[in-house]
Amino acid sequence: MGDFITVSRQEIVDNKWERVLNFFRQRSLWMLYYCTGCGAVELPPTMTSRFDMERFGIGPMATPRQADILLITGYVSAKTLKRIVRSYEQMPDPKYVVGFGSCPVNGGIYWDSYATINYLDKYIPVDLSLTGCMPRPQAVLDGLLTLIQMIDKGEAVGHKKYQLNYEWYKKNQREVLERTAPVLDTGGLK
Amino acid sequence: MYALNFVLWALAAMAIGLLFMGISRKLTARLQRRYGPPFWQSFIDVIKAFSRKSISHNFIMDLCALMGLAGLLAAAMYVPMGGILPFPSDSPLILILYFMPIGYLGMAVSVSASGNPLASIGIGRALTLMLGYEIPFAIVVMSFISNYGTTNILSIMQAQAGGIENWHIIKMPFGFLASLLALEAMTGKKPFDVMIAPAEIASGPMVELSGKFLGLAFLQYSVAVFVETGLLTALFLGGGATVWEFVLKQFIVYMVLTLFSEIYARYRVEQAVRFLWIYAGGLAVIQLALNMYMK
Repeated sequence: MGDFITVSRQEIVDNKWERVLNFFRQRSLWMLYYCTGCGAVELPPTMTSRFDMERFGIGPMATPRQADILLITGYVSAKTLKRIVRSYEQMPDPKYVVGFGSCPVNGGIYWDSYATINYLDKYIPVDLSLTGCMPRPQAVLDGLLTLIQMIDKGEAVGHKKYQLNYEWYKKNQREVLERTAPVLDTGGLK
Repeated sequence: MYALNFVLWALAAMAIGLLFMGISRKLTARLQRRYGPPFWQSFIDVIKAFSRKSISHNFIMDLCALMGLAGLLAAAMYVPMGGILPFPSDSPLILILYFMPIGYLGMAVSVSASGNPLASIGIGRALTLMLGYEIPFAIVVMSFISNYGTTNILSIMQAQAGGIENWHIIKMPFGFLASLLALEAMTGKKPFDVMIAPAEIASGPMVELSGKFLGLAFLQYSVAVFVETGLLTALFLGGGATVWEFVLKQFIVYMVLTLFSEIYARYRVEQAVRFLWIYAGGLAVIQLALNMYMK
């Protein structure tokens, strides 16, 4: 197991073509909501007339193939993690992960639960965390605008981190996923 | 020489379609009392989609995604923008009606090749709906044939020259309503958006399209918008003396479709086909009977 490799910002910023594409990427962000935890209720006001995130070009998308942002709301249970990793790996590059609420940051109020994971950043690279329990729509919009600025500056490089440190992330994921194997006897049923 | 015309015409068709899509998103937003995205948002979306990595499942998926765009571009070559055409032709309506399904079928094969069941459901719905709107539209085309004995759009446009009282929207109102309903289904607007239905089948045909495939799907939709609104403009709204007049009329048609889209909820697919056959088909048959009687 090697050291954790970080991506230097300079190599992204110096690539002129990448900067031109980032101009378009930051203005058109399609989002996949992974709302198995709590907090999904904060998103309809963010989308609709009151706060209207479509004016920044951010819109909902139905599948991981089409989405740029994976928004993970609330706590992540050990079984959910498997689906999150699969959804994340189905998304084409470049992709960004936004952790929503306190739980993906450090476990929140579920920090001592046997069924949840505490640090989402150990399993998939989180570009931006929205803290709060729950973050209100203003905070969500503020966070998304911060993500837009990060993409503009070339700082949102989570997907490159994931490629460079694939083994490190996979090792962490395996440690959790081993715990989620079925323990009950299925009685011969598959 | 014609190759240059082809490229320019294709780019113009895509640009007009994307512009209409962007403005219709803005209009939708204003109707919902939102600020809405900028009107060039569709261009940004397409460029971004092409800038992303894309996942191809097999060769058929690549080939037929291009075939879908090519079929609709071929149809767009015969839509006269204000009497101008990229090739010297009479812009035969039958040829356009043959080329357009090539586009849709190309997309159908492409997304079915991806193997996603939701895509197959979406394609099944889209082709069923196609059965619904092609028949009323074909009957409307037959009423044109019974009037003029030709399906050349240029002749039909010439017959409407000389003022608004000669337009077919005045002379053939039932046929116009029938084709407006068929067009609402062709563009996949809301009472008939059963094949997209993001909340039910995760955007249906587009479910497995990533990056460049999604960009191609957007471009295909934009050309389809150009062709379909162009047909209605040329057949019923007198075409246009200039390109600008023609595009303005296309724009008005598309905005009317958007407004309809905003006030209706979604039909199920069998309801949509029944509605189209009974109401659009009924209006089209009335028009055909009137035309044959008055002749």
